[in-house]
Amino acid sequence: MTARTLRIVAPLAVGMLVLAAWQGIVTAYAVPAYLVPSPLRIACTLVTDWSLLSRALGVTLGIALVALALAVVLGAAAALLFVQSRWIEASLLPYAVLMQVTPIVAIAPLIIIWVHDTRVALVLCAVVVAIFPVISNTTLGLRSVDPGLLNLFRLHRATRWQVLWRLRVPSALPYFFGGLRIASGLALIGAVVAEFVAGTGGQNAGLAYQILLAGMQLNIPRLFAALFLIALCGVGLFATVLALSRLALARWHESELPQE
Amino acid sequence: MTEDPPPVVAAHGVAKTYSNGTEALAPVDLAVAPGEFVTLLGPSGCGKSTLLNLIAGLATPSAGSLAWWGAPSSRSTGPERRIGCVFQSPTLMPWSRVATNVRLPLDLEGRPRADADAAVVRALEQVGIGTFAHHLPRELSGGMQMRASIARALAGEPDLLLMDEPFGALDEFTRQRLDSDLRALWAARGLTIVFVTHSIQEAVFLSTRVLVMGARPGRILASRAIDEAHPRGEQFRASTRFAQHSRALSDCVMAAGAGAFAPA
Repeated sequence: MTARTLRIVAPLAVGMLVLAAWQGIVTAYAVPAYLVPSPLRIACTLVTDWSLLSRALGVTLGIALVALALAVVLGAAAALLFVQSRWIEASLLPYAVLMQVTPIVAIAPLIIIWVHDTRVALVLCAVVVAIFPVISNTTLGLRSVDPGLLNLFRLHRATRWQVLWRLRVPSALPYFFGGLRIASGLALIGAVVAEFVAGTGGQNAGLAYQILLAGMQLNIPRLFAALFLIALCGVGLFATVLALSRLALARWHESELPQE
Repeated sequence: MTEDPPPVVAAHGVAKTYSNGTEALAPVDLAVAPGEFVTLLGPSGCGKSTLLNLIAGLATPSAGSLAWWGAPSSRSTGPERRIGCVFQSPTLMPWSRVATNVRLPLDLEGRPRADADAAVVRALEQVGIGTFAHHLPRELSGGMQMRASIARALAGEPDLLLMDEPFGALDEFTRQRLDSDLRALWAARGLTIVFVTHSIQEAVFLSTRVLVMGARPGRILASRAIDEAHPRGEQFRASTRFAQHSRALSDCVMAAGAGAFAPA
């Protein structure tokens, strides 16, 4: 068995075993569905409530994706700004840290009050959570330049711009993608948490609202189904970022080279 | 009688003290004539690399002055003509193919693409890795990466080539082969080279002149002309003259190193 198939087959087998055990225990002890629904019951709910859940999935995934894209653009821009001068970094980095360490649940109500459009408010919350790893990793990467290469660029009197585009940016890519992996998970967390706080219903209801509502209605199978979809979103986002990173780095970076 | 051309680089009382107070280089006088192959030879910590960085214009002297091609240069601009540099490690950009790496000095200079590509092909041929232009650095052996690094320095057609222990990390066989190739290249292209090494044999084999340096603080102890004919082949390595030069240089280095562990 190759390493690649092992990576897919092994976790699938563990998942199957856990699901089978879960199903067996729930059936054997006749656990009521409002406490712990069986996997089969959850699957059925997923099918019957699909129109409701798929719309919610679209909303949450949309917010997370837009937030992730914004975090990448704004985070990379901030990192590029930071490496221009120690002064800029020294003045602004503490505020980026402040934004990171303040719990999003505490800021979310303010953002939701201040920003009229709920979707924009939710995206903003998710960006606040997801942007920090992009900023800090990209800044670190832009600074982690081979000193020999930097000397070579100086020797040939490269402009600041040439050093940035031909040396700093390519050197920063592995760090940037490391930050992106973390940010992809955080964007989803931010979107879900903000939605919990906002409690938006109606057309714009996302998966978090469905969980909230299902909990109140003791519709536990639907709660589990929504939970499953959120987890699936997270895995999907992570896998996409992983594939992007492989596409960009596979040719040259050690982290993506096959292990001998 | 024609006037002598100005020295490629001339140092007058050049010294370097780092901001932490380390005296890396005591005042040094040095002049390199066009077409010379000068080697700075000495143990670790004798300021060889510091002196080379000063010559390259990558560091500014804390005392003294430097002139390139007869013209003292202001601190901000550095030398006016082209200087090529080969460092201890190949310092290739891992994300770029060999050809792109070698083209870098020309790109930075803004040379037209077709012109630059032709120069890259020539440089790769000269160092004998013409067929590896489209490989990535990690696909090459250490010796071939070093050849690519030399090709990069040559592609810029340097008026002065600086080499900081370029073959220090390579095995003895590869090093000797690269030394021979470098010596041939120097003769064929009429290069002016300042070379740093801690290998006495390498210094004797390559140079027209060897400067022996000593440590604490870094300074030039002696100068020895290696006035042996070109080409120098394997028979030169085995010759009595080679042994005599090596012995003389070795005595110089040892005399300077004696008492290094004696209490101050």
